[in-house]
Amino acid sequence: MQFPILSIIVFTPIVAGVLILLIPAEKKTEVRMTALAAAAFALILSVWAYFSYDIPAGGYQFMETYSWVPQFGISYQVGIDGMSAPLVLLTGIVMFTGVLISWGVDDRPREFFAFLFILATGVFGVFVALDLFMLFFFYEIAVFPMYLLISIWGWKETREYAAMKLTLYLFIGSVISLVGALAMFFAAQMGTFDMLALETANYSVTFQKIVFPFVFFGFAILGGLFPFHNWSPDGHVAAPTAVSMFHAGVLMKLGAFAALRVGIMLLPEGAKFWMPWIILLTLVNVVYGAFIASVQSDFKYVIGFSSVSHMGLVAMGFAALNRNGLLGAGMQMFSHGVMTALFFAVVGMVYDRVHTRDIPRLGGFRRVMPLVALAFIVGGLVSMGMPLFSGFIAEFPIFMGVWGAQPWIAIVAAISIVITASYIIRIITKVFFGPIPEEFEGHVSDVTVLDKVALVMLSAILIVVGVYPAIMVPLVESGVNNILRLLGGA
Amino acid sequence: MEIVSNYLLSFILFSPVVAAIIVVILPRDQDNLIRWTSFILSLIPLGLSIALWISFRPNEPGFQFQEQRIWYAPINSSYHVGVDGISLTMVLLTTLLTPLCILASFSIKDRVKSYMALFFLLEFGLLGVFLTLDLLLFFVFWEFGLVPMYFLINQWGSEGGEREIWGGRKIPARLYASFKFMIYTMAGSLGLLLAIQMIGVVAGTFDMTVLFKIWPQLNEPLFGLSASTVKAIAFWAFVIAFAIKVPVWPFHTWLPDAHTEAPTAGSMILAGVLLKLGAYGFLRLVLPLYPQQSQAYAGALGLLAVLAIIFGAFASYGQTDFKRLVAYSSVNHMGFVVLGIAAAAFAIGSENATIALNGAVLQMFNHGLSAAGMFFLVGVIYERTHTRNLNEYGGLFPLIPVYGGILIFTSMASLGLPGLNGFISEFLVVRGSWPILTVYTALAMIGLLFTGAYILKGIKMVLHGPMNEKWSGHITEINFREIVVISPLMVLMLWIGVWPAWILNVINSAVMMFYRWF
Repeated sequence: MQFPILSIIVFTPIVAGVLILLIPAEKKTEVRMTALAAAAFALILSVWAYFSYDIPAGGYQFMETYSWVPQFGISYQVGIDGMSAPLVLLTGIVMFTGVLISWGVDDRPREFFAFLFILATGVFGVFVALDLFMLFFFYEIAVFPMYLLISIWGWKETREYAAMKLTLYLFIGSVISLVGALAMFFAAQMGTFDMLALETANYSVTFQKIVFPFVFFGFAILGGLFPFHNWSPDGHVAAPTAVSMFHAGVLMKLGAFAALRVGIMLLPEGAKFWMPWIILLTLVNVVYGAFIASVQSDFKYVIGFSSVSHMGLVAMGFAALNRNGLLGAGMQMFSHGVMTALFFAVVGMVYDRVHTRDIPRLGGFRRVMPLVALAFIVGGLVSMGMPLFSGFIAEFPIFMGVWGAQPWIAIVAAISIVITASYIIRIITKVFFGPIPEEFEGHVSDVTVLDKVALVMLSAILIVVGVYPAIMVPLVESGVNNILRLLGGA
Repeated sequence: MEIVSNYLLSFILFSPVVAAIIVVILPRDQDNLIRWTSFILSLIPLGLSIALWISFRPNEPGFQFQEQRIWYAPINSSYHVGVDGISLTMVLLTTLLTPLCILASFSIKDRVKSYMALFFLLEFGLLGVFLTLDLLLFFVFWEFGLVPMYFLINQWGSEGGEREIWGGRKIPARLYASFKFMIYTMAGSLGLLLAIQMIGVVAGTFDMTVLFKIWPQLNEPLFGLSASTVKAIAFWAFVIAFAIKVPVWPFHTWLPDAHTEAPTAGSMILAGVLLKLGAYGFLRLVLPLYPQQSQAYAGALGLLAVLAIIFGAFASYGQTDFKRLVAYSSVNHMGFVVLGIAAAAFAIGSENATIALNGAVLQMFNHGLSAAGMFFLVGVIYERTHTRNLNEYGGLFPLIPVYGGILIFTSMASLGLPGLNGFISEFLVVRGSWPILTVYTALAMIGLLFTGAYILKGIKMVLHGPMNEKWSGHITEINFREIVVISPLMVLMLWIGVWPAWILNVINSAVMMFYRWF
């Protein structure tokens, strides 16, 4: 038996979470050290899995299959392909950096890290699951701790509201997609939830057309698809920093990824039927999200809505249903994950020091925290799709894909690039340059070494992928080939 | 040394990046160390490009020193670099101006390290545009150059001045100028981006050497439209992006703001090289990729060029801000480049077209020298007087005779005095364009008259007339470092003016060979 690397990745966080709960509550440093060690371990394993994936061989690798509830055709089956490997890595990165920048959480850190790690297990689980039941199982595990994390450690003003809104939205989404998934289970008449088997189920075209919207929209809610996106900025804003990072960085990819894996890959005919319409929704996401972001004055809402815009590009890449679109979407999921984690980390660092996120009141922070300013600039350049940063590498093929599907959509969507650039550089200039407002003069300190490690790590990844795309592109491409095979070589 | 000669272009392209990294790791408070290190490091790309110039074989067709490596495999984009005579001239201009700009920036005191690092990144972006033979990488470098320029204007731009924006809110002028520069250019590049994506989708490659062969021949309908319609739209998308950068009237309004607010060296590189990117885009991409469309719309382009020449001259004459005057002169001078390109597009392949193109390329180089020189001289006097208002100068010649002489010399080169460089290139443009676009050329020559007027106005108001007594005793002569900055430019102005063959030889054979395929 080979080394069960994926299972170890999935269960490391939850085991660490339980261990952390066993540590006495007053030993905060031990709690943090344990959390950091577990996160580092998961990160190292996910880096290892990422780089040892055999690209020429393609397909699902590091497979593990155990029967779980054989009576109902449920098995524990995991594996990664070129689409999910970068996302596992992303989760590892966000988890590690999230722990680093949460060092300062002083209110019940034990419970905080425990919940965060349960969430991480859920996320890892979804990305590696190859069994439909298992996918839902982990999906719910990922959503639930979110409620507690936001409502206990969140921003006092809106946390109850946002936590409730977010959780209900996501539950509705998962219930809808569960309906679709059950329909798929029964229609296949194979008595199994194994997604690899379901790929060969040969659903009738009519069935696919009817069920696809349930599955796709159900998951796409978590992916922030318009008009179901409005839980997300509220949730981002109310969540504590590390949770925002997780939430925008990884959780939204969960929705997009599940919509891809269950919706597009299992119901390709349904996807082909609906996508020309869904692409219109994604266009609204991209352009409208950018517009809304540009008029926000709350720092965190800007980033929240920019996520809506950028996740719209992921869905747009999916909706193009061709090689370039899917490739770009795969890259964008990773790139946006790292970028938005970086953004929220920066916003959190600024907020922790000045206790306001009102952009007009901020200014001049490069003087006290130069590295934070630099990191935000890097993130900003990624966000506006500046070449030599990862955002460009991701967005360019998405647009090419859309050119191949519906050219006019690409032309309209391109407007978002300029809007994004305008608000990003406005914020960079306002928040980090110019004079420091008098009220903060002398009160603002630089960030800690751990924060700096996290920022440097995230920024470096964005630059490396942007300058040397070959570090990730072939992997994602092999995943895309697999999807194209299911789509009938579209 | 073999590795250097095999990968010469990569060495030229990446040496500024290495320089930037070295500068970043220097200790923060050692300003002088940073300045001198930057200056010495900036001589490396210059030395390499002189070596490139010497080992370049002008009479060999095609691109030389090519390197190709896979960059972004799934969309068929590669790191493909190579030079011909046109890009070689621009590379030399870029690497020549960068050390001079860095030397001119020794007076920068605030955050020297970041400033120098950004300058090297800017050089990297500019060189990338000239060296690359991959359409996607062209765009990559095209956009990337904006970032360092934005921060240079935004952070080290002129201190004073306010601009009113909508709602009556006032913001510092340099914020306004840098924001306008960035957004104007990015928005202008959107069409270019989309057109490049479209070409990538249709042609399946971004390699220029391949695209030059297949793209003009493409005749199948695309996206339900006829090939000629699609190409015409893509042509205008390219043209607008490049016209903004040149800038061609009426897309020039970002330029006076950006130039005026940029730090001296920023203006030098902006006028000296950045504007050439647009013209280079016309030469390298628009003419070869869209020969039919270029010919069809050459008249419109020529008209815009004439308007740029005339309005640029008038606007320049109307300024009271010395730097703004020089900024508008760029619109005027770059108009000749575009006029030459338009004429050549109309009659591509003919002898007159070749002459016009020779003139256009040489004018790009010459304007690089004279505009950089003029902006530098404006910077020199600004540092001494802290005003750019022409009305506050007057009669300074007796106080600063050396500066006055240099200013007159450089102005004359800019004006196109025979014997100096501007004359040669403007004459070639006019000579080549006359038989092709006679009326436009005639109008442009009338525009030349006003060129003379605004340049003389500048000289008059700074140097002549009654002496403004408040400067007496307060203004110091141009110093040695500043003379070192300006003298290479002056030498080249004179050299090209008297004996242009050394550079025209390279340009002419490149123009003859490159445009013969089409």
